[in-house]
Amino acid sequence: MAVRHHETMPLGQRAPLLRMTHVDKVFGGDVVALKDMNLQVNQGDFISLLGPSGCGKSTALRIISDLMHPTHGRVDWEGPHGRGDLGVVFQEPTLMPWATVAQNVWLPFRLAGKSYSEVKDDVLEVLRLVGLEKFLNAYPRELSGGMKMRVSIARAIVTNPRLILMDEPFAALDEITRHKLNNDLLKLKDQIGCTVIFVTHSVFESVFLSDRIVVMAARPGRVLTELEVDTPYPRGEEFRTSPEYAAHARRASEALKEAMGEPA
Amino acid sequence: MSLAENQALPTEVRGDADELRRARTAQIERVAKWAAPVTIMILAIIGWGWIVVANEIPHYILPGPDRVWGSLVDDWGMLIDAAYLTGGITLLALLLAVVGGAGLAILFNQSKLLELSFYPYAVILQVTPVVSIAPLIFIYVDSKVAGMLLCAWLVASFPVLSSTTLGLNSVDHNLRDLFRIYGASRWQRLRFLQLPSVLPYFLGGLKIAGGLSLIGAVVAELVAGTGGIGSGLAFRIQEAGYRLNIARMFAALALVAAMGVFIFAALSVLSHLLLKNWHESAVKREV
Repeated sequence: MAVRHHETMPLGQRAPLLRMTHVDKVFGGDVVALKDMNLQVNQGDFISLLGPSGCGKSTALRIISDLMHPTHGRVDWEGPHGRGDLGVVFQEPTLMPWATVAQNVWLPFRLAGKSYSEVKDDVLEVLRLVGLEKFLNAYPRELSGGMKMRVSIARAIVTNPRLILMDEPFAALDEITRHKLNNDLLKLKDQIGCTVIFVTHSVFESVFLSDRIVVMAARPGRVLTELEVDTPYPRGEEFRTSPEYAAHARRASEALKEAMGEPA
Repeated sequence: MSLAENQALPTEVRGDADELRRARTAQIERVAKWAAPVTIMILAIIGWGWIVVANEIPHYILPGPDRVWGSLVDDWGMLIDAAYLTGGITLLALLLAVVGGAGLAILFNQSKLLELSFYPYAVILQVTPVVSIAPLIFIYVDSKVAGMLLCAWLVASFPVLSSTTLGLNSVDHNLRDLFRIYGASRWQRLRFLQLPSVLPYFLGGLKIAGGLSLIGAVVAELVAGTGGIGSGLAFRIQEAGYRLNIARMFAALALVAAMGVFIFAALSVLSHLLLKNWHESAVKREV
């Protein structure tokens, strides 16, 4: 099997994967996008970065993915780290419109110099995982918004990355599709045991998906507090209507209100 | 994710009055697209013939359509030779314009310094009318063919250059980030990301360049005159004018126009074939 399954340990027993230490990002000398961010990501974590616009969530992701260098502070990976160790899902599906679904998923391998026949099985497998094995030869324009997002997710997991970054991936989708994709993302997580940092504006999304919620505040962008959602996976549709879920959502909402500068 | 949302609509629309009306309008438009311009042409030719006959206009001022047709038939051998020459120069110039324009755009994209240094001169060459540069070119360039190619290239390469540059700068920034994250080399980025993204822009520039290379070739012929290499259509027009053979002028003009239409149509088909799978401009929409 090409896509490995990683065992997920309970919170508190997970091996460290990445550490952000005192990370600052300042633009143009005076706009502080991120101030003194400290975050340890452990193997198997599903972390949501939750906060209002301008709180530096996306900046944090860009720094982790090395698209941007921190002004101060550092990002350290545990052990060797190379290309293919990071999967990324953007807010838009970000597919190449001139390439078929299979060719889009092949891209990370193609850039690493691997031919399609070498990795065909991996491509097929991840497409099966996201439920698109029948759309191998379709072009992106033939797919719905939700399906395009699935292709994007398939591309992000195909290299067996150590960490997957998702930057508000479902924000532009309708509520029904978003629910469905949230459920399927958790199923995927249970299947492959991936480590995820998920940026979102939505309290409910963050509670449903993650076991760690990092609440961030704006001006300057900073980490305000961290909440744990200790409900074990797998979480199904019934979790959404449980009193536990409501309690977590209330705590997260209060933290978010504080982040927005309103009295809790 | 169900298959249902992706299934094509049945081709035969049997629906309410609105849909029937829409289908009928579409049907009419399909026929009118060809029928209307052809009708206009026939009416214009009839009107032209009538004006010539009714006003007894002498043929050395305005020949009737019958005389123009006669000239086209009688002088066919000479005109088709001329058309081959003009067409050959045009196509060769277009080819060079594609290589030069797209090549320069890619070079400029790879090196900001090159772009800053040379782009302004490309603009200056473009905005200076080729008619005013052509006489100078023929002073310094001995070969008539080379001079004509140079003239046509000067006008035709710029649209390719500018549209390709625009395309190279319009690559989806998220895809660009993705390529960086996966450690793509410069060459991989060009080959797998920039060149495919640039295609629709390039083809748009190419369509304009096709028309311009014909203009460039015609202008070059008018300036160069004849000598050793035979005569193109533009030279035939000029020559027939000196001889007051107005019918032949019209016949040669019709061939130039037909050539322009042919080039445009061929490039449109090419563009459609290359983009039909994925680009908005070439994708058929329902309704």
